[in-house]
Amino acid sequence: MVKVVESPEGVEGQGFFATSLDKVIGLARANSIWPLPFATSCCGIEFMATMGANYDLARFGSERLSFTPRQTDLLMVMGTISKKMAPVLKQVYDQMAEPKWVLSVGACACSGGIFDTYSVLQGIDKVIPVDVYVPGCPPRPEQIIEGLMKIQELAKNESLRRRDTDEYAKMLESYNIEQAK
Amino acid sequence: MAFINENTNNSAVCSVDQYDMLNVNVTADQLIDLVDVLKNKQGFIYLTDICAAHYPEKVGAEFEVIYHLHNLIENQRVRLKVALAESDINIPTLTVHFVGANWMERETFDFYGVNFVGHPDLRRILNMDDMDYHPLRKQYALEDETRTDKNDTFFGR
Repeated sequence: MVKVVESPEGVEGQGFFATSLDKVIGLARANSIWPLPFATSCCGIEFMATMGANYDLARFGSERLSFTPRQTDLLMVMGTISKKMAPVLKQVYDQMAEPKWVLSVGACACSGGIFDTYSVLQGIDKVIPVDVYVPGCPPRPEQIIEGLMKIQELAKNESLRRRDTDEYAKMLESYNIEQAK
Repeated sequence: MAFINENTNNSAVCSVDQYDMLNVNVTADQLIDLVDVLKNKQGFIYLTDICAAHYPEKVGAEFEVIYHLHNLIENQRVRLKVALAESDINIPTLTVHFVGANWMERETFDFYGVNFVGHPDLRRILNMDDMDYHPLRKQYALEDETRTDKNDTFFGR
């Protein structure tokens, strides 16, 4: 039995279904998140396992991965990011179109992990805003899936105006990220 | 394993055996000629690694640049060590004999600050370009100095 996503509440009639735009867009966005696997280290291998048939991230709508930021919604940063890589990560984030989410997988991406050294960026939230953190070293595929499910909840319940608000603009400014107008 | 005891060349080159591997201590001037002989006459055609070590307590010979050569046909390895003082940390580049020395010398420069004279493009390779110190020198700590959120009680300090 294939389980289909529940439709939101609305008024139904012969040949039409009326509901609120927020809910429909939220539903569409949440169930078709196309990720960009920014896999650098060991967490990338766990991600490969998560995409495999056993744990299967594709059943959550993430069937189509892409390594180009232009066509993706979710930036999954998995692995140690060195300070030399940080500007590259920021550029990839800049190239993504709104709405975009960031999932930080693994201890190294969240906070530098065990690598408290001169060359490792101590957490990607030093350069880009992060929505969900998945701790672990490496986190099991089930945990990565839970991270994705939390992103799904965020996408589903997000207000359509959020990316245009002043608060969001201020937040991006605090990261020195120019918002594309 | 160390039967290459014909220290094939000339002058004062002392060699010490440790773990059956031939270590040869040379000076910076003798290096290029010795590598020339080893590569062209003795068959050490493979440069395995160039690295360095910092001994701050050895005043006058603080830095040691270490070359590993490998003779693939006879399966012999040799280690060449060159001692350099911090005040005169120059050594001729090995890119004249081994093209692969290019990036290895850039890495040694990046982490220790050893100046390879004659290197075509001596700049940082692994660290950020705007880093202003050489991190693997002993006076610099391993930890990231810019962290503000470390709670010392959790780290046992």
